[in-house]
Amino acid sequence: MGVVERTWDWLTTAAHWSGTDGVWHRLGEHLFLTVVCLLVSCAIALPVAVVLGHLGKGGALAVNIANVGRAVPTFAVLVLLLLSPLGTHGSWPTVIALVLFAIPPLLTNAYVGMREVDRDMVEAARGMGMTGVQVVARVELPLAFPLIVTGVRSAAVQVVATTTLAALPGGGGLGRIITAGFRLTDTAQVVAGALLVAVLALLVEGAFVLAQRFLDPMRGHVTSVQDRLA
Amino acid sequence: MADGNCLIANDWICGEYVRTRGQELTDATLQHIGITLASVAIGLLVAFPLALLARRWRAVAGPVLASTTILYTIPSLAMFSLLVPVFGLSAAVVVTGLVLYSLTILVRNILAGLASVPREAREAARGMGYGPVRLLFGVELPLALPAMMAGLRIATVSTVSLTTVGAIIGYGGLGNLVYEGMRSYFKAQVLTASVLCVVLAVVADLALLLVQRLLTPWARPKRRTTSRGPAARGAGRPEKAVA
Repeated sequence: MGVVERTWDWLTTAAHWSGTDGVWHRLGEHLFLTVVCLLVSCAIALPVAVVLGHLGKGGALAVNIANVGRAVPTFAVLVLLLLSPLGTHGSWPTVIALVLFAIPPLLTNAYVGMREVDRDMVEAARGMGMTGVQVVARVELPLAFPLIVTGVRSAAVQVVATTTLAALPGGGGLGRIITAGFRLTDTAQVVAGALLVAVLALLVEGAFVLAQRFLDPMRGHVTSVQDRLA
Repeated sequence: MADGNCLIANDWICGEYVRTRGQELTDATLQHIGITLASVAIGLLVAFPLALLARRWRAVAGPVLASTTILYTIPSLAMFSLLVPVFGLSAAVVVTGLVLYSLTILVRNILAGLASVPREAREAARGMGYGPVRLLFGVELPLALPAMMAGLRIATVSTVSLTTVGAIIGYGGLGNLVYEGMRSYFKAQVLTASVLCVVLAVVADLALLLVQRLLTPWARPKRRTTSRGPAARGAGRPEKAVA
């Protein structure tokens, strides 16, 4: 029997979906970690990026943090945190690593989004007597929205991927199905786990693409405003 | 004596570890460099024709960009696992996975680089009787080089970092040492391998920057102010690089 058939068999076996090692439980862990860590990192990164972007300060930080985030291997950080004193505190090493790696895309995109808002519009808003807070809330944030969501989208995909890796040092999530498959030298289980992870990542990405398309506050407005200014 | 104790005490930083396991560290580093070089080189060889096809035919551009984006979304552990049935437990799994990841960045940046070539330069070359091939290699590529190199640097740095995940099948370079160190709670090994990995990424980035400066001598006076520009752009949001 080929790998494809065996993988299909694995996925259609009800026993593989139930219990603590089952798909549903692992999926639950994966989603829980993803949502919590994404919210925490948004709560940390977005206010900082919006304030820095509004003030026009800290551009070097925003760029460099993205470069650092790319150069540091996620897997190494997960293991380092596991071996640190934090390692004895359940899933804290995973949570910290997830938040750390979600921050760079959030910060960089939101910062660039805020900086790329047409300066003429900001000046016009100020000329109309808007306060700093009003400029942020009514002009800069709506115009920066697409890039901010792009950042959240990259961060979400990053978190899903990092959560998968967290299975190597023994964290929860769908990655555990893959690592268990490798331990059992069960290729079908490895491929089944990998498929589940890939589908989850693509669904998350797709959900954000849709959200971006339908929630943009400037949808259908941008061109008209720019035309009037020009 | 004090140095020998750090192995027993399981310290994070241990000179004795580096001295006694020098060979192991060298082998792992060489494997890491080999996997990275192979992946980026193959990535370039595949990305270049893809980018040219995407530029030539609009109908190709959409599917190429969409499929590379989808590949980029798949988490590394899943990517390598999916390739195991195809290649068995070999370095080809890791290299193929890393090539697929690098395509997203490389194709976009090559396209962005070619799009940034001034129309006048192209027209002038055509007027001088340049054919399409000579136009591409003599005029367009040199002018597209800064954006392409920015993409190459990003792809290389991410590849160095992602290679570590190859440890799951035993071909992760320094990642292998991290993985073993994790299983045996060997702190010095994990930290040394992790630091070496970051050093490798930084050295590769600087080496490529140097290559770029040597290849584009005409851009040198301007470089000082613009060298961060394209890299920073590509960094934050590859999605926009082609727009």
